[in-house]
Amino acid sequence: MSDTANSPQPEAPQTFSGAQIIIKLLERQGITQIAGVPGGASLPMYDAIAGSSIKHILARHEQGAGFMMQGMARVTGDAQVCFASSGPGATNLITAVADAQLDSIPLIAITGQVPQHLIGTDAFQEIDTFGLMLPITKHNWLVKSAEELLTVIPEAFRIALSGRPGPVSIDVPKDVQNEIIEIKEWPAIGVPSAAPKFDEKEVEAMLTQIRAAKKPVLMIGGGIVYSGASEKLREFAEKMDIPAVQTFMGLGVLPDDHYLSLGMLGMHGARCTNYMLEECDMLIGLGVRFDDRATGKISAFCPNAEIIHVDIDKSEIGKLKNPTLSILADVNEVLEIANRNLETMERPAWRQRVDELKAAHPLVLDGQDDLFRPYGAIKAVADILDDTANITTDVGQHQMWVAQAYPFNRPRQWVSSGGLGTMGFGLPAAIGMALAQPERKSICFSGDGSLMMNIQEFATAAEEGLDVKVILLNNGHLGLVRQQQTLFYDDNLSAVKYQQRTNFTMAAESMGVKGVDLATSENPLEDLRAALLETGPCLINIPIAASEMVYPMVAPGGANADMIGGEA
Amino acid sequence: MAIQNIRECSVLRLTVNNHPGVMSQVCGLFSRRSYNLEGVMVRPIVDTDGKLSRMWLLLDEPDKVAQIMLQTEKLEDVLDIERHTFNDSVFDKASSFFREESDN
Repeated sequence: MSDTANSPQPEAPQTFSGAQIIIKLLERQGITQIAGVPGGASLPMYDAIAGSSIKHILARHEQGAGFMMQGMARVTGDAQVCFASSGPGATNLITAVADAQLDSIPLIAITGQVPQHLIGTDAFQEIDTFGLMLPITKHNWLVKSAEELLTVIPEAFRIALSGRPGPVSIDVPKDVQNEIIEIKEWPAIGVPSAAPKFDEKEVEAMLTQIRAAKKPVLMIGGGIVYSGASEKLREFAEKMDIPAVQTFMGLGVLPDDHYLSLGMLGMHGARCTNYMLEECDMLIGLGVRFDDRATGKISAFCPNAEIIHVDIDKSEIGKLKNPTLSILADVNEVLEIANRNLETMERPAWRQRVDELKAAHPLVLDGQDDLFRPYGAIKAVADILDDTANITTDVGQHQMWVAQAYPFNRPRQWVSSGGLGTMGFGLPAAIGMALAQPERKSICFSGDGSLMMNIQEFATAAEEGLDVKVILLNNGHLGLVRQQQTLFYDDNLSAVKYQQRTNFTMAAESMGVKGVDLATSENPLEDLRAALLETGPCLINIPIAASEMVYPMVAPGGANADMIGGEA
Repeated sequence: MAIQNIRECSVLRLTVNNHPGVMSQVCGLFSRRSYNLEGVMVRPIVDTDGKLSRMWLLLDEPDKVAQIMLQTEKLEDVLDIERHTFNDSVFDKASSFFREESDN
């Protein structure tokens, strides 16, 4: 049985309530901060946390609490815990948990539930949390006794962190939180299970095929980030001389200006990137799941390529693309073996062809010298900051502009809602990034549509005094919906304009956050610099035109080769 | 959609932890991934002290069986999964219980 510094084994049998057991076990797991919102069914848990070593962050909405802990989990790779009460507390958490499921984030949601004798009676604030969480978690529990907590809490950490990470949820009835039991010994803490075993010969076979390919491309995804394999991937790509495309979740694995990097592929990838994939004869997918936003129409994706797929989730291999060779494994372990005695090779003809494509069809950052245009605003922020800053976004046009144009140079620098695409993610995620790494600038690019969806968390950012900066690209519209209506619905703009504009600097100020409006600034670039470099929470409003578009764009369901706009 | 020929259906044999919620875990997986689940039979396995259940699933998804098995295997409470044919399966043997005019 392991022992931890801040929560030693009891010297003699002691009695604990279920709620105290939860807190003790979380302390033993190394949890130092929990975001949540208390309520009637979680009162015992809040009674127990008050005397513990864990700091509680009082979110203004449970969804905010969930995204804060996601932000922490995404920049650290550690499992994080959020609290909510029963009924509406639990339903408010749902979106943040579902978001964690789609992006494979180890989030542990612990909810209060009505006492067991009231379950099934439509009691006040009773809802079937177990049933609601079931389809959006790796696993979940309704705990029936305080004793069960001793296995469930370590199991929750093990499952959240094992293999492909993901969220779990634990619903704890109030009588279980109040039940007193005697503890002689704490259980061992939950740790990730070993990754699937594989044979080194599989790696040798993979290397033989890759060496034989004439025009190979690496497709690198979130799995590389989560397994900590970025350095090994870079060495592998360089020694095997293979150009690399990054999925949305894989941004930052290769430095932005790396000579082998072709940035993001897919719906808003550069033309050269998607054209290169048309020509490649081998696609090596490492820690990817062939999401439709990355592949476009799957039957037309990499039409001439053999597929090699390495992933830790067995059900992803062959789900959408049938590989000629696959390895079920932790990609970090595969690259470790692959890089042993790896002989350097060169592919001059393919590199030359890729360079031609890059020269002929580069990513066009229209307006990058103008602070009041999207790429210009992003470039200006990037120029002021260094690579220590963590960057998150909300969801929409601004998110895609940032994914295309921000120079990400390290893994876990980039935090964004990829799979679920949740507007309202950014501000609370930025708070979580700052809670985890207060020494780093925590930057959130947002839009006026998204920011309104969790704007209440400005108050949390102010209360905690965090170095969170929200860069608001404000066009008064739901811009990405407007863009799709413009391109695919004959300009029939429907329900995308906010007739009542919000004064976001006033909104921020009302919650204790400094507001800077570059629209009324005499020296906007200097004001941007000053706002970014001082410490403390700040909203920076940058008006942009509603007519701005994200280009290139592949129509939903279309083939990646059929891009709209973005020509050089 | 009516099953074309029930004898061509696949049958999956699952060994699962026996606790409330396992049926939801398995059936929920099938509905959310839109796999056609035609039949379910389940009861505790004797001699396991009520800890384990055997679950039989009748499946009309000739093209998706491999992916369905991989997704089902990922459920924490699913300990084992095997693929069987309809013939001589529990569903075959119980056919008389599933006729409209059946007395059973």
